[in-house]
Amino acid sequence: MALLEVEHLKIYYFTRQGAVKAVDDISFTLDKDKTLGLIGESGCGKTTMVFALMRFVAPPGRIVAGKIIFEGRDILTISDKEMRRLRGPGIAMVFQSAQNALNPVMTVGKQIVEEILEHESVTKEEAWERARKQLELVGISGDRIKSYPHEFSGGMKQRVMIAIATACNPRLLILDEPVTGLDVIVQRQLLTLLSDLREELHLPIIFITHDLAVVAETCGEVAVMYAGKIVEQASTVSLYKEPAHPYSQALMKSYPSIKGKKGKLRSIPGAPPGLTNPPVGCRFHPRCPYVMDICRQEEPIFKQRDGRLVACHLIK
Amino acid sequence: MPLKGFAGFATRKALAAVTTIFAIICLNFLIFRLLPGDPIRMMFRDPRVSAEQLQLMTEKFGLDKPLWGQFLAYLQALFQGDLGISFWQKRAVLEVIADRIPQTLLLVVTALTIAIILGILLGAISGWKSGTRLDTFILTASLSMYSIPAFSLGIILMLIFAFYLSIFPLGGISTPASGFTGLGYWRDVLWHMFLPTISIVFWYIGEYVLLTRSSMLDTLDQDYITTARAKGLKEFAILRNHALRNALLPVVTATGINLAFAVAGIIEVETVFSWPGIGRLVYDAVMKRDYPLLQGTFLVFAVAVVLANLVVDLIYGFIDPRIKVGKAE
Repeated sequence: MALLEVEHLKIYYFTRQGAVKAVDDISFTLDKDKTLGLIGESGCGKTTMVFALMRFVAPPGRIVAGKIIFEGRDILTISDKEMRRLRGPGIAMVFQSAQNALNPVMTVGKQIVEEILEHESVTKEEAWERARKQLELVGISGDRIKSYPHEFSGGMKQRVMIAIATACNPRLLILDEPVTGLDVIVQRQLLTLLSDLREELHLPIIFITHDLAVVAETCGEVAVMYAGKIVEQASTVSLYKEPAHPYSQALMKSYPSIKGKKGKLRSIPGAPPGLTNPPVGCRFHPRCPYVMDICRQEEPIFKQRDGRLVACHLIK
Repeated sequence: MPLKGFAGFATRKALAAVTTIFAIICLNFLIFRLLPGDPIRMMFRDPRVSAEQLQLMTEKFGLDKPLWGQFLAYLQALFQGDLGISFWQKRAVLEVIADRIPQTLLLVVTALTIAIILGILLGAISGWKSGTRLDTFILTASLSMYSIPAFSLGIILMLIFAFYLSIFPLGGISTPASGFTGLGYWRDVLWHMFLPTISIVFWYIGEYVLLTRSSMLDTLDQDYITTARAKGLKEFAILRNHALRNALLPVVTATGINLAFAVAGIIEVETVFSWPGIGRLVYDAVMKRDYPLLQGTFLVFAVAVVLANLVVDLIYGFIDPRIKVGKAE
């Protein structure tokens, strides 16, 4: 059984200018012990998508349709209390901006302890001991348990965030651009830490990023998002070798490769469409070099090809 | 180590307070010297007083000396606890003021404590439940209370509850010639205190509700609130440990500044309710052109506000861990 199944999920933001279709009919599944990368340009709905997994979508945003089935239960229909109990031990999340994601007036130890005490019946001493171990797990000295967030660097703060997210042994970990905004050396250290943790804890992970290199390194499988939709889902190796969707191809060409032959980096002409009135048919057609008549009229459906899913009319 | 950091922080703040008080003493001295009129002529308006006698008095009060000399004499006297003689009461100013301090403290500390605690509580609820009917109600009520001056509210309350309904006394601090002692006396004081306290609370609470509410709304938008939610914490724990603690930081800062404005309210309310405190004393001193007394009360108010600000600064250093380290190293 799949750990997570997202079925026909639609999340719209209802604004005065009309409904912004941030996530429009997205389906995917994640098996136990797998890592899924979610890539795409800024504003393509990645974060909205994973916020829905925590049931964090707030007005004016609304989940309009679809199901999110986690361990056999649709988390969109369970009670608030059940959802609250799921956050932490069930699904945990590391946010994009570690700078602001920690409470500035609470010691980092307390920020881990309060979560453990909320979900498990352990004594305070045990919880503090666990918090100390969590800090050491992410490579921070246990002596710093009484330090405040401002006494840590950006990379260390993100480590603390990872310590918090994994404190209750979650069954699914969501990382929302966890290394964005950090320098490359710190990025490298964090990515190593994350893959070590993954090996150690056998954690299924959903990894959001717009950094293709990061995905290549950490994820077994990738879903490419464009304008509120998944356009291609494949194993990382096959996507990098041979991207099938024209958008995936363009994305690969826009990113430098160290090992491959040197070529000119190409930007994708045009801009991503507004999501209030997305283009009819395939949403990528105004920017697609292979555009055909059918692309302007009919929305492509997912098709299987060589073990991957692609939504494009070129695929027969 | 943290204590050392905090001690250093406290010392710096205390030094700043002392400097401020000295600046206030200078200004306080200058302002009263800028006032028009000759104090000697104010005191002796009798036409039978001769020019020689006036000259003698001027010399006796040191008013023939240059301003600089007068200032040094003033400072010297001040450090000896001598604030001069009240024109009106013909007693030492310090004594007159000291007689009034306990009554003002009783009223002000009680009223401000109630206003601040209640205001923060209502503001936090309002911010947490923003957009609901409860929020709209609290917001409207606070805005109305905030916009009514303390003296007019006092007069209205007095008219209804003291004059028409006779539930509370019209003014003063105790019933004259009642012979109350001990507990009975204090009950009588509380009864007299009720309306003035309510007037100050009503006037002061609105500001705290509005301040806490907006600070709360800012805080609720912060990423660490989402983090707290993602940990699966209960709503109340998020409110208390994450939202409120951070939302209170700007409120604490504002408290220091607000105390200066509270002085105005105290003068108004004490005057309306004939409460024998320093506020009423200021009013009387103005009416009787009692400059030494007025100068003394100004100084007492200013020093009180500076000291209250010092306390607020120290509390802030205590509740925000970022302050100490920020400067200590």
